[in-house]
Amino acid sequence: MSADQIRQVIMKILCRIAPDNDLTALKDEVPFREQMELDSMDFLDIVMELRKAYRVQIPEEDYGFLSTMASTVQYLIPKLQTATA
Amino acid sequence: MSDPNQRIVITGIGLTAPNGNSLAEYRANLLAGKSGVSKYEIRYIGETLAGVCNFDPLKYQKRKDVRRGTRAGSIAIYCANEAVQHSGLNWAEVRKDRAGVFIGITEHGNVETENEIFEISKFNYDTSVWTHHHNPRTVANSPAGEVTLSLGITGPHLCIGAACAAGNAGFIQGLQMLRLGEVDLAIAGGVSESIHTFGIFAGFKSQGALATNSEPTRASRPFDLDRNGIVVAEGGGLVTLERLPDALKRGAKIYGEIVGHAMNSDATDFVLPDPTRQAECMSLALSRAGIGPEAIDILSSHATATEQGDIEESLAIHKVFGDRASLAINNTKSFIGHAMGAAGALELLGNLPAFDDLMAHATINLDRPDPRCALPQIVANTPRKMDRVEYILNNSFGMLGINSATIVKRYSGE
Repeated sequence: MSADQIRQVIMKILCRIAPDNDLTALKDEVPFREQMELDSMDFLDIVMELRKAYRVQIPEEDYGFLSTMASTVQYLIPKLQTATA
Repeated sequence: MSDPNQRIVITGIGLTAPNGNSLAEYRANLLAGKSGVSKYEIRYIGETLAGVCNFDPLKYQKRKDVRRGTRAGSIAIYCANEAVQHSGLNWAEVRKDRAGVFIGITEHGNVETENEIFEISKFNYDTSVWTHHHNPRTVANSPAGEVTLSLGITGPHLCIGAACAAGNAGFIQGLQMLRLGEVDLAIAGGVSESIHTFGIFAGFKSQGALATNSEPTRASRPFDLDRNGIVVAEGGGLVTLERLPDALKRGAKIYGEIVGHAMNSDATDFVLPDPTRQAECMSLALSRAGIGPEAIDILSSHATATEQGDIEESLAIHKVFGDRASLAINNTKSFIGHAMGAAGALELLGNLPAFDDLMAHATINLDRPDPRCALPQIVANTPRKMDRVEYILNNSFGMLGINSATIVKRYSGE
């Protein structure tokens, strides 16, 4: 899966877990929490959705990599390189 | 009751029923004989019948809150907000630490647990994909807690598990908390999301107690020889309860005063009712109200359209009230099915407008009255104009032999 495809996957997940937010202007370098209503339970939803869709296991110590869109995509590239969008 | 602060009145009503999303709409449909039962499909069961509500959850919730919470929570939030608006309370000025939420439930957590088991079944039952939302969704206080989140209430909240007596139990809990001085405002009643659990349908079906009918609106038939079981429904009914002096001080419209209540237990069987204890429950409520059975004008029956339940309640009612012709006995389940935790609440609330319009709504689908339910006072199929409506008694009974009765008096300014 390419970086662009991973970004689209993450965007779909964000739309599901934060349906009241307009994400069209989401800035990739700015933390999610500064741009949208996202608490710890929502954050776990991102982890869970990735686990369900791609069987990606994200250990708790790596959660920090999921703070922005850019860092999330970067973190997931090696984990999803063989996955299909 | 001599101490006015012990007098508890209903000052706002919020509800959603399969045939109405406000008291006015619900009442109009009860008087018009309009059922809310429809065809319904649910996982594993397939096509069946149910009372389904169509209120708009987004009226008081964000999409995210709907997604995160439960159906029971959405129902409770809708009803609580509607009740507050209906009450005319200036919510910004209400002391939130002196408000409480008391919601009767038949069950809670079955829907969410079934959904999650279904979800992990797609992953070979890998529990690592079990949602982290499971516990907050399934704790027993969940629907009441969601109301506190919605309205910013910081006083006590709890759900009262009381099977199908739960709606009355919610009212009673609210009344008691006001009388104890624990709160100044109680949001009280009952809710149910039960149509979203296949287990309740499957359980009643296995018990031989799930209604079937080619015409959905004809399926719920309490007291009728052609009944064949329960129509499961969802819904909610919550009210704002206040002490009489507080309500008068702010010029609130008073929809009725809860003057009597009782709860007791059969202690005889898991599911079979006991008319002796049911009669005792009604008599205790009358005693606490300081009135005799001749004072009751409308009796809202619990009957669910199961043979034994209908017959036993009829025996209990007859034991307390005899054949007095001026009593009107009706049944709301014939319109909306059995709304479980909301049943007792909705059944009382739909009758309250009778204080003003002097109409006893009917029991519909009563084409061939069961002679074993020998209650000549049943209002069959068309509403009855009453000479007076001063007192309404509301029965609600549930499994494990839990009985409840509430008595509401028309508020006459005294």
